Parts: sequence; structure tokens; C-alpha cells
Amino acid sequence: MGLTGLEIFKHLPKTNCKKCGFPTCLAFAMALANGKTSLDNCPDVSDVAKEALSSAAAPPIRLVKVGSGDNVLEMGDETEIFRHDKRFNHPTVVAIAVNDNEDIDAKIDAINGLAFDRVGQHYEVDMVALVNASGDAATFKAAAEKAAAKTQKNFTLVTADVAAMEGALQVLAGRKPVIYAADKDNYEKMTELAKANGCPLAVKGENLDDLAELVDKIVALGYRELVLDPGSRDTSKVLADMTQIRRLAVRKKFRSFGYPTMVFTSKDDPQEEMLQAITYIAKYTGLVVLNTTKKELLLPLLSWRANVYTDPQKPVAVEPGVYEIGEVNENSPVYCTTNFSLTYFLVEGEVDATRIPSYIISVDTGGISVLTAYADNKFTAEKIAAAIKDLGMEEKVKHKQIVIPGAVAVLKGKLEDESGWEVIVGPRESAGIQKFAKERFA
Amino acid sequence: MAVELFKEKYRSQVREVVLGATKEEGGTRSHTLKVGGESALPFLHFEGKIPNRPLVAMEIWDIVPEEWPAGLKSFFEDVYNDPGAWAKKCVEEYGADLIAVRFKSADPDIKDASAEECIATLKKVLEAVGVPLIIYGCGKAEKDNTIIGPLAEAAEGENLLLGVAEQDNFKSVASAAMAYKHCLIAQSPIDINIAKQLNILIAEMSTPLLDRIVIDPTVASLGYGIEYSYSIMERARFGALQGDRMLAMPTIANVGHEVWSKKESFISEEEQPGWGCQEERSIGWEAATAGALLQAGMDILVMRNPKAVGLVKKLIDDMMQDNS
Ligand code: B12
Ligand code: SF4
Repeated sequence: MGLTGLEIFKHLPKTNCKKCGFPTCLAFAMALANGKTSLDNCPDVSDVAKEALSSAAAPPIRLVKVGSGDNVLEMGDETEIFRHDKRFNHPTVVAIAVNDNEDIDAKIDAINGLAFDRVGQHYEVDMVALVNASGDAATFKAAAEKAAAKTQKNFTLVTADVAAMEGALQVLAGRKPVIYAADKDNYEKMTELAKANGCPLAVKGENLDDLAELVDKIVALGYRELVLDPGSRDTSKVLADMTQIRRLAVRKKFRSFGYPTMVFTSKDDPQEEMLQAITYIAKYTGLVVLNTTKKELLLPLLSWRANVYTDPQKPVAVEPGVYEIGEVNENSPVYCTTNFSLTYFLVEGEVDATRIPSYIISVDTGGISVLTAYADNKFTAEKIAAAIKDLGMEEKVKHKQIVIPGAVAVLKGKLEDESGWEVIVGPRESAGIQKFAKERFA
Repeated sequence: MAVELFKEKYRSQVREVVLGATKEEGGTRSHTLKVGGESALPFLHFEGKIPNRPLVAMEIWDIVPEEWPAGLKSFFEDVYNDPGAWAKKCVEEYGADLIAVRFKSADPDIKDASAEECIATLKKVLEAVGVPLIIYGCGKAEKDNTIIGPLAEAAEGENLLLGVAEQDNFKSVASAAMAYKHCLIAQSPIDINIAKQLNILIAEMSTPLLDRIVIDPTVASLGYGIEYSYSIMERARFGALQGDRMLAMPTIANVGHEVWSKKESFISEEEQPGWGCQEERSIGWEAATAGALLQAGMDILVMRNPKAVGLVKKLIDDMMQDNS
């Protein structure tokens, strides 16, 4: 979040000496606020002012990176309280806990399998949180070796025991895992480890006050790659703490909380922990650790994450036009839909699954869904008829039949008049397309 | 070091709406329920009051819901032919706070049931359970205009929640609410201005109705546009707290209706092996949709799967814990 011109002006020498090339300090401040010049151009600005300006101009929440190589996850750098104001930047990292004394191979296999392709997007679990449940350093290190060999995913290493952490880092430091966690007893050593290995360091407080104090101590030791865990585990309290951290960082520029956050779910029942995580993803959590590896629960969770982190200002659209699904020929069915990405990919997925090569016409609705576009006069008989013509469908197929979404069955008559094509009203939901195609086109 | 908490100071609060009426109040409900009244964003107990817990209503139909997937239907197989027994099962076995009766039979393309037939069903449900009721027509405005009024009249004084008034069709529902002392659902297509406008129109008919409106801002299922509904709700609720009295109504969402038509709820594991167990997935999809909407400030969730209902009620218990 940038500073206003007036806020910058307060820190300038106010001599209007023009050395910066601007007629006044205020003009210089205004230009600086708009990113049109840089602070170095004023030779007289004091070091104190420089420090104040650069820290004030820093983003309210630090960008923290986990992982290395092509497998880097970014966290933080959020600037908003409400997603309707501006897009949330970095989707909550979803991690699954693996205890060092359980069947590691089996659990990591399950975690590797938590990947879904849905509506043209790929969702997957990002991270393994390896937990030193045994309390034994050697077991932890051995588990790290086993886990590292089994997956390319990123890691959080969970132990309060510095020696155990050191051992696991010997295996995993190159992957820049999150070190979890510095607490009031071990923070000096944990900070050293994090510094030495260039890894993000989780800071675990017992409450918000305690957390702020601990963060300040670690920052005083010269380390800033931090992730904050306020220590709460009850759903309602987590919501309150996450809200406070976000608000204080963004609205008050409270530096001690200017980092991404993390939390562990606390419910034994997998459905209940999924619902806790739904809440945490909605409200500002940077990283959430769950226990369950049930696909049927990760699918809704990762879908929700994708939903929360889409851009609220512009709908995700596909290029309008005609898409060929499979090896099409002159007898292939023709479907039509809108160019809202969600709508298009739902339809594409189902048409693809019919295994009957088909055309899909994606009409330019400005990236909005079928009924929204219909209600807004952007998915009309005229527009569809024009698309059939402009896309040269008459040359591509010889049957002159087009399938329209069931939700806009009312367009049938008009579209037939406008286009001269036979209009077949398809099912209302894309999920009905396979059955429909089998009956109609197989 | 004590961190100074950031507490928003709001100028206003959401109106509190009472649903149902007991014998003393002119109805026959065993108790009444209050919704709304929040003076803080969802569950931020530290900065205001969340005086009433969000409610979970269960949806029942007056015909056998053939279109419901087998897994969902199986919970109610023994009671389909008896809306009273169905409602009772939802309340007694599954803990529904309210019952939402959908008069599907009135649909001209289904049974075209008359107002009298619908009234007979409503009476059965009123007798079978003591909780307050929500009623929905068949969804076809023209027909619904001929049944909601008579239903409201037949249940005069019960303080039902009548569905649904829309911008271009609110008069019959609003006058029924006014004449027979009921509450009403004002539905707008995820558009804050329309939501406000509709409330203004209803208030022009009768100012006291302002305290009887529940807004349905229109929701989408998880994975099918829910983020738009979520953000509209957040904006509306924030607006209400900042003093916009025409948005300061409790809200209702047709969660079950949205999620159960979606593939993620009903497709079997055989057909979609990568998505895991259908039964748990469907519970998860419905509960997650509800859980997400709770974070935007939803006050009444109309749901279908008893297991999802159970989970969401537990989540609400947790969210109602003080966090100041
Ligand atoms: C999200 C949403 C919006 C978003 C739009 C986001 C977007 N990019 O589309 C916003 C907030 C912008 C919006 C605005 C409006 N909306 Co709107 N909106 C919705 C909502 C909640 C979900 C829509 C959605 O995304 N669905 C998911 C997509 C994937 O569905 P879909 O495109 O229909 O595709 C499905 C099927 O149609 C089928 N299908 C699609 N293509 C094909 C093709 C074939 C061949 C087949 C067989 C099937 C098929 O498969 C898909 C999955 O099943 C719905 C209500 C609801 N719960 O559905 C209202 C709804 C669509 N909106 C509505 C209205 C009226 C509007 C507005 C006009 C309101 C206004 N302000 O005046 C405006 C439009 C103005 C504008 N320029 O945007 C009404 C439409 C009423 C009607 N029947 O005509 C609805 C139904 C709400 C309601 N109940 O009143 N809306
Ligand atoms: S050089 Fe510095 S002091 Fe001189 S006018 Fe520019 S901003 Fe002001």
C-alpha cells in the first residue's frame, strides 16, 4: 500500500531547493506517490526520513516464500480486508500433517494423490507438514528422509526441539521448508537455524500479545521471513485472531503482525476439520494444516480456496469462438454456451466425456454465465445465430442442428427463426450432457 | 506487550426478525425463533453482539422428490408420502430449527395442485411440528401468486416466513404478509441495489413490514459462482452495519436447492474415481457451501442432507463461542 503525497511530504526537508528537478518539495512528494520519481533524487533527505519512508512504503504484509527451484509457494503480500475491494493475492497454502511415527509411505502416497482437475483448473494439496510426534530426533530425521524421497511437495517441519529440527534440516534445508516453530523458549536457536538455512520461520505465540512480543524479539535478531501462528485452535477464536492480525497489519500498519499467518485444524472428525479450514480460508489464513487425506473432503476445500482467490473485478473468460472436442467431422454435434470460463469448462468437460467428437461454440457474453448473460441480453437468439454464421458452422457440419443450454429453452423458437437451424434444448445442468448425448447422438 | 485490538465501531445493526407465533401470540407454534440483530461482522463477538445463532431449516416437499439423488432420498424414504411425518422426522431426528415446505405440487407441469390442496398439506405440517415454518411456492410466479395468499390466510397469525417476493412480483406476497401477520422473503438476483429497492417498495406498502423482511440475496453453490454471492453478502452486511437501514435485514439462502443439482454432490465414485466417496463428498459439498456463506453473514440456511445439517449445526455452535 503506497503512501499519499502528503504523508511523504511530511518527511521531506521542505526547503523547495529544486535540486530534485521539481519546483517544490510537495510536487516532488506527489510525483513520488505516483511512482514517477525516486527518493534518491532528493540529496537532502535525512536518513531518519529515508527509513520512515521506506518502511512506510513497504507492503503491509510481507511476501514470504517457501520452497525452492520451480516449486516456490508465495504467501502474504495481502493488502485487503474484503475480497470485493481487490483480489486477494496468495491462496492459502494447504498442508496435510504426517506424523514421523506413522506409516509415512502410505500417507504421502495419499497426499500425492490429492490432485483434482476441475473446470479447467488444477487443484492440489501444496505441502506436507511433517510432525515430530515421536518426540525423538532420530525418528524425525529418518522420517524426513523417507518423506523427501517420496514427494516433491513443500514441507513444514513441526517440532519444538531444536536438535530434531536441525537433523531434519540436514535432509530438507535445500527445499526451504517452513520451520515450525519458534516459541518463547527456543526462539533464539530456531532463528539461528532459519537464518543459516534461509528458511521461513513460523512463530508460535500463546496469544496475540505473546505473539507480537516474540515477533519483535526475532526481528531484533535480524530475521524477517516469518509466518505467524497465534496459537488459538478453537474455530471462533482462530477467526478472531486471524481477523485481528489482518486488520492490524493492513489498517494500522502494525509491523509486528505484517506477516502471513498459519493455523492447525483441531477437530478429530475429518468433515469437521474440513469445515474449520473452510472458515480459515475465508478469513485470512496463509497456511492451514489438516489431517485428513480424504479426496471427497479436499475437493470442496480446494474448490473453495479457488473461489475465494479469484479476481472479483473481472470474470475469468475463455476466448469466444468454436472449439473442437476430439476428431470432429461433418456429422459432429454442435453445442453452444457462453464464454464464462467456469461455464465453458463445465460444458467442455462433459462433452469430452461423451467421447463423441463435438463442436462447442463459445458465444461472447463478456465472460458471464448462461442465465446472467440471458438476463443481461448478452446471450440472445441474435447473438447465437450470428456466431453460427460468423464461425462458418454451415461449412463445418451438414446437419444444421445446435444444442442450447436447458436454462434458456425459451430461446428455441427465436433462434430457429434467426438461424434456420434446428434447435435442440439440452439438459439444464452440464452434468446431464453425457446421458443426453448418449440418447441423442450415439 | 499488550496488542491494542482493532474494533470497528459500527453505526447500526441488523434488524431482528421473529419467526413463528405461540398460542399467546395468536399462532400454534411451540416456540418462536429470532434471527438477525447482529452488530458486528459474522461471529466477531469481540466487537459487537451476535445475539442470535444462525438457523438451519430443512426443506421438505409436498410430493415425492423424484429428482433428488438416491443417497439423499434414502433418509426420508419412510416419510415421503406424508409431509407431516417428514417434517417431524427432520425436527426430531435431525434437529432442524425450522421447516421449509416447498409446494412443488402446485407446479402446473407437475400436479397443478390447487390452493386448497396446498392448505391441507400446510395444516398437516403445522400440526406435526411446533417449529416455525417457511413456505415456498412451486417457483412459477404466476401460479405462486394464486397459492401464497390463501396459504397465508389459512395460517393467519402463525407468523410464517413467506417466499418469495421479487422486484417485479412482490405485491401478492407482501400483501399476504401484511394482512395475515407473516414475515416474508425478499429475493434479489445478487444485486445490492435491487435488494434495497425491493425493500423500499415493500416498505411503501407497509412500513411495519420492514421488521419482517428476510433478504434472499440469491446464492450459488460452492464451485459454481459462490464467490459472487459471498462478496455481495459481505458488502450488504457491511453496508447494514454502517447504517444502511434498507439492507439491514437478516438473510436466507437456499443451499440445498443449489448444491444438489451439482455434479460434485451426486456423481458416483465409480463414474468419477478421483473425487472420492460420493456420500461423504455430497455431505461435504453442502456443508462447505453453508460454512462459506456463514462467514459472509448468512442467518438462515435451507438445507437437505441431515448429516450436512448436523455438521453445520456443530460449526454454528463453535462459531457462537465468545472470542473477545
Ligand atoms: C454469479 C451470478 C452473477 C454474477 C455473474 C458472474 C459471472 N461471471 O457470470 C453477477 C453478480 C455479475 C451477476 C449479475 C447479474 N445477475 Co446473476 N447470478 C449469478 C448466480 C448466483 C450464479 C450464476 C453462475 O455463475 N452459475 C454457474 C454457471 C456455471 O452456470 P451456467 O452458466 O448457467 O451453466 C450451467 C448450466 O447452464 C449448464 N450449461 C451451460 N452451458 C450449457 C450448454 C449446453 C449445451 C447445455 C446442455 C448445458 C449448459 O451447465 C452449467 C452447470 O450446470 C445466479 C443464480 C444461481 N444460483 O444460479 C444468478 C442469476 C443467473 N443472475 C440473475 C440476474 C437477473 C442477474 C442480473 C441481470 C441482475 C441485475 N443486476 O439486474 C445481473 C446481470 C448484469 C451483468 N451485466 O452482469 C438471475 C437470472 C434470472 C433469469 N432466469 O433470467 C439469476 C438466475 C438469479 C435469480 N434467481 O434471479 N450474476
Ligand atoms: S530536492 Fe529535496 S528538498 Fe529540494 S525541493 Fe526537492 S524534495 Fe525538496
